[in-house]
Amino acid sequence: MRLRSMVWKELWQRPTPMLTSLIAVALGVTALVAIQNLTVFSERKISEDMASLGANVLVLPPNVTLEDYYAADMHGQTMPEEYVTRLALARMPGVENLAPKLCLETDVEDTAVTLTGILPRSEFQAKAAWQGIGIMPMSDAIGTERGCCPTTVDTEVDAAPESLATMRTISQLDKRDVILGSDVATKLGKKVGDKVTISGDDFQVLSVLPTTGTIDDSRLFAHLHSVQELADSGPVVNVIEIMACCEDAAGDLIGNLSAELPETRIVTIAQVVETQVAVNRLMSRLSWVFFSILLLVGAASIASVMYANVTERRKEIGTLMALGASRGFVVRMFLGKAMLLGLVGGLMGFLGGTILAAVLGPRLLGITVQPLPELLAIGMAAATLVALAASFLPARRAAGLDPCLVFNDA
Amino acid sequence: MYQLQSVTHAYQRRGQTVTALDDVTLDIPQNDFIAVVGPSGSGKTTLLSVLGGMLAPTAGQVVLDRKSIYELSIAERAALRQQTIGFVFQSFNLIPWLSACENVQIPLMLCGQSPDKQRQRALELLDRVGLSDRTDHRPAELSQGQQQRVALARTLANDPQVILADEPTGNLDSDTRVQVMEYLTEFHNDGRTIVLVTHDAQTAAFAKRTIRLVAGVVEETTKAEAA
Repeated sequence: MRLRSMVWKELWQRPTPMLTSLIAVALGVTALVAIQNLTVFSERKISEDMASLGANVLVLPPNVTLEDYYAADMHGQTMPEEYVTRLALARMPGVENLAPKLCLETDVEDTAVTLTGILPRSEFQAKAAWQGIGIMPMSDAIGTERGCCPTTVDTEVDAAPESLATMRTISQLDKRDVILGSDVATKLGKKVGDKVTISGDDFQVLSVLPTTGTIDDSRLFAHLHSVQELADSGPVVNVIEIMACCEDAAGDLIGNLSAELPETRIVTIAQVVETQVAVNRLMSRLSWVFFSILLLVGAASIASVMYANVTERRKEIGTLMALGASRGFVVRMFLGKAMLLGLVGGLMGFLGGTILAAVLGPRLLGITVQPLPELLAIGMAAATLVALAASFLPARRAAGLDPCLVFNDA
Repeated sequence: MYQLQSVTHAYQRRGQTVTALDDVTLDIPQNDFIAVVGPSGSGKTTLLSVLGGMLAPTAGQVVLDRKSIYELSIAERAALRQQTIGFVFQSFNLIPWLSACENVQIPLMLCGQSPDKQRQRALELLDRVGLSDRTDHRPAELSQGQQQRVALARTLANDPQVILADEPTGNLDSDTRVQVMEYLTEFHNDGRTIVLVTHDAQTAAFAKRTIRLVAGVVEETTKAEAA
């Protein structure tokens, strides 16, 4: 028999009071692990989304807010298309791609739709050649010879019309072509090669985009100049989406863009991401608060149970001391029990939190959650420390008991 | 072996000073078998606690094998109990959630013996007290007499020189009482010193000599008188 087997046997002798403490400790760790897990994987997804989104800087007319843009970019405000050329010619470091857009509410076969005009990159190449710049194979930066982003545009993927769904740009688009979002294609019953009549003009369906879960699913995309003609708006756009390197977008690029286009409003999506990241950080901090509160409850519960255990075992402790147990042995007996509670509580909390995050992650945030081993270490260490700290005074009290109480009339 | 020199133990209770031991001077030689008798509250248990190194007297000196035990540290006194002193209690004081064998292993575990050696020695001792068929039973599964025999086996585990017994037959019927006292006599015959606290004259009769404590004062009596 060893001390640890004594602790183990005693624990099973009186399991009920310890179960309460164990649950309190485990809940604290569960809260921490679940929220931290969701936060970490949510941030990773944002980071991946940012990388795949491409556009992370918006050039908007001065009176348009980001909320207006996200409301459907049907804000009605426009700015000259010439800004696109100015940006292309400015050759700013960090600008990877440009995607000007003009949106028009119209009817297609008696169905109200949003038609979005986009400018294929072949137009930029033509303009650049015309200006004598010799601009760009598509995987290079639009403004410089360097490609600064770690994930540059894939030329082959980008050449497919479906790339519009993810890359926000398209390589080629004829003025009589139209690309349908998945919802609108279903609603209109159109497929690739079909004809679509928009405000009296015939277009041919070049492609149907895969479902993206965004507003793009309910849109039609046509050549910017065709949409300008249909809208009778002249050479204007509602927005210029810029695909910029993240590091540049966070650095000098915004200042350079503002200097180049002082008549516009420059917004970086990083600001939106930062807001989301800030929410995540708040969640993360809150998880520590929940963790602390629940661990304190667990600590109070453990301390209370341990004090009761000492009182209940007075004669037993006295007997052990009469048989030669040192005070250190008695302290180790109680702290050993506390350590076991902390380790088991920490492990249970980690498993519970990970399972909870794995269940809630896809449902609440659309993320897949994997176990984070560092949270196992943090959870078990914190739970064990709290259990040990909570049991320290009861253990000392046990060690300080008068061994004479073993005698019959003591 | 034991020398008590002018040992006094007094404590406060409800504002009054109670003198449990009053200037007790006593010599207990090696291989003595001494019964301590006296009315309730006369200081018998206090004397046993003082002899066991668990209660420091307010005055006087307790010497065991030429060592003044209350000049030792608490840890050293614990080690002394572990190696030299065995206890037998009236209510047996077995750990209820351990088996008979594990109860006997406790002193051996405290000495740092390996689990295999502990178990082997515990089984030998349980065999000696006639409980080889009850080694894995818990105290609640044993009769009172069997529990006291487990406690006796536990007392012998570390082969102590001294056994301090506090009313060891107090909870037993007359047949079992005799059986337990025969075991203690056997342990005495092995060369151990036994100090036995009892109310019972028949139990005290097993001792070589008897001392009577009255209000903390020792009155040595003959064996015939005590009986």
